[in-house]
Amino acid sequence: MGVNVEVREVTKQKLKGSGADVLIQSLKEQGVDVIFGYPGGAVLPIYDALHRNPIRHVLARHEQGAIHAAEGYARVSGKTGVVIATSGPGATNLVTGIADAMLDSLPLVVFTGQVASTVIGTDAFQEADIIGITQPITKHNYQVKNVEDFPRIIKEAFYIASTGRPGPVVVDIPKDISTEMFLTDFPQDKAIHLPGYQPTTNPNYLQIQKAIEALSTAKKPLILAGAGVLAAQATKELQTFVERHQIPVTNTLLGLGSIGGSHKLFLGMAGMHGTYTANTAICECDVLLNIGARFDDRLTGNLASFAPNAKVIHIDIDPAEIGKNVPTAIPIVADAKEALRELLNQSFESPDTIDWLQHLSANIVEYPLHYKADKERGILPQQAVELIHRLTGGDAVVTTDVGQHQMWTAQYYKFNHPHNWVTSGGLGTMGFGFPAAIGAQLAKPNDMVISVVGDAGFQMTLQELSLLQELRLPVKVVILNNQSLGMVRQWQETFYEERYSQSLIHVQPDFVKLAQAYDIQGYKVETMEEAEKVFAEAFASTEPALIDCRVVQMENVYPMVAPGKGLDEMIGVKGE
Amino acid sequence: MKRVITTTVLNQSGVLNRVTGLLMKRQFNIESISVGHTEQPGMSKMTFVVNVDNEAKLEQLLKQLQKQIDVIKVHDITDKAMVMRELAIVKVVSSPAVRNEIYTIVEPFRATVVDMSKNVTTFQVAGDPEKIEAFIDLMRPYGIKEITRTGVSAFVRETQKTHSEQLSIL
Repeated sequence: MGVNVEVREVTKQKLKGSGADVLIQSLKEQGVDVIFGYPGGAVLPIYDALHRNPIRHVLARHEQGAIHAAEGYARVSGKTGVVIATSGPGATNLVTGIADAMLDSLPLVVFTGQVASTVIGTDAFQEADIIGITQPITKHNYQVKNVEDFPRIIKEAFYIASTGRPGPVVVDIPKDISTEMFLTDFPQDKAIHLPGYQPTTNPNYLQIQKAIEALSTAKKPLILAGAGVLAAQATKELQTFVERHQIPVTNTLLGLGSIGGSHKLFLGMAGMHGTYTANTAICECDVLLNIGARFDDRLTGNLASFAPNAKVIHIDIDPAEIGKNVPTAIPIVADAKEALRELLNQSFESPDTIDWLQHLSANIVEYPLHYKADKERGILPQQAVELIHRLTGGDAVVTTDVGQHQMWTAQYYKFNHPHNWVTSGGLGTMGFGFPAAIGAQLAKPNDMVISVVGDAGFQMTLQELSLLQELRLPVKVVILNNQSLGMVRQWQETFYEERYSQSLIHVQPDFVKLAQAYDIQGYKVETMEEAEKVFAEAFASTEPALIDCRVVQMENVYPMVAPGKGLDEMIGVKGE
Repeated sequence: MKRVITTTVLNQSGVLNRVTGLLMKRQFNIESISVGHTEQPGMSKMTFVVNVDNEAKLEQLLKQLQKQIDVIKVHDITDKAMVMRELAIVKVVSSPAVRNEIYTIVEPFRATVVDMSKNVTTFQVAGDPEKIEAFIDLMRPYGIKEITRTGVSAFVRETQKTHSEQLSIL
């Protein structure tokens, strides 16, 4: 490495303050306009600096709430979410959110307080080795050792979090480093010197040519679009490309919204609870173009029968994802937007897909998503989601946890716009959806934000109702209340001979009274008539609302690819 | 299959932990690892020997290592002409009666005596792992009290053998 020349244009800025002051100043330089956090002993100097030099701070009621809110904010705004927590328990309470952001590639910079350098390693009060704890679940992490390193580390942290494949970066700050005086001039160092980190964003020309050749001669081409398309802000390019060449598209769970939910070339979501049409298209296609998806096991099912006839083209910014799960014929390491632009720049003959599209359209008609509504049984969760879709026209930002309610929302809510779908995909975190909705609402104050949650997941982070009350955020919380851990119950029904071990919840709080305790309008609905009226009323209001929507307990998510099975072995398909 | 992998890393604190943690998380079994400074300030080099099942897993290993921010370069040098060395220090029971016999065995290995007491001699031996294994095997009958090994360090030779098939096109 001969290039270690530092390009520094040091301007004599008059910033003489503590490490904490420099930290806040650096955050302002990064354009940070909101911080999610929770103070404590080890970060008091930082909060004091924040008092002197304010940036909007959202005080969550639990650190997990803070970090999920930051994730929601990052997902919807495309900006990097910023979190501050204190040392020890504050930092460990963030671990779930950090792992969640890692698996779903969300840009976060997380500041954790640490005990003073002099006592690190002595099991001091509120000490936890957060660097060691978070090493496997971060894109990178730092412990600040010298106060002079603050400006550089913060610049690098934001750069690493938001470029390449986005991800969380932890910066651990010993208390004494925050209080130490920063004596040198604040550097205006524009250059970031990270010789070990140079993400490839532009596609290789020869590989693009190979992809074009494969696509133009394909009889049954298919595009699988993942969250990488959304992260790269490449939805317009995707739409132009598929329309120009008439190639059908399916989405991963996290890729929903990268193409309009009602687009004629969209086959619905693929994977474990994907549509019959999407999953069989994967089985039948001869060229599969994956853009920004990582072939997660919930998507592929049994790898042995995944896309058996297809030549796989994989575009991904992270070279380690290419070939990790599925053998790839044409690897293209690139940013999704750059790759799609390059594909659009090359004029090539469109494949003849008339028969293929006709076949797929026939499947869509013959094997649609289905459920059996029954007035006697009460509200079916699918009906509730369809109602939300009808009332919002597919324009709302929707957040969820993990489980049945998540899958029904993914299946029945058709997203018209990108960046409106916020869900915990990779880690499958209960308690994610509600705080994420708070972050999403802060990112898009004028949009309608609906948090569709299950009764169990909601109870993991419901203390954040305080934020709706405090900030009067007009988030609508819709609890699809089936008084159970729905997906656990469904699996016990299907794979454990109906032994419902600890999955049925007999005792619940009165959610309406709970909402009222937080000065939020609460509703309970038990029939579709009530639901129509209450949803319409709540959605029309500019105030927050909580709706306890009682749904049929024993309803299951179908169709389904059972664990270990292939996409060609779906169960619960209509028409079969 | 056994692979020899070298990585050049930035000398940040915790970088060894990062690399070994990554291998643990991804379920790779490290057979040996050695780390030391390089000729460039701020850079260290790690050599590790890993057991990998197949090509795809190997590729994944190299890519995951390359992804680490503090990792500058990753090379699988197994199939290259390389220099590979390990140091072992071996404490052998050596009563005066067998001492001469032991010395005659030690000589071809160019092992040297680094410590000695009435009934125990400590040897150091350097070379590729097979040579060290062979040395230890020969010492075993006399009674080995203690062994410590450094793990291999390796780099590629300056001159690589060229394959004649490639030249045949000319």
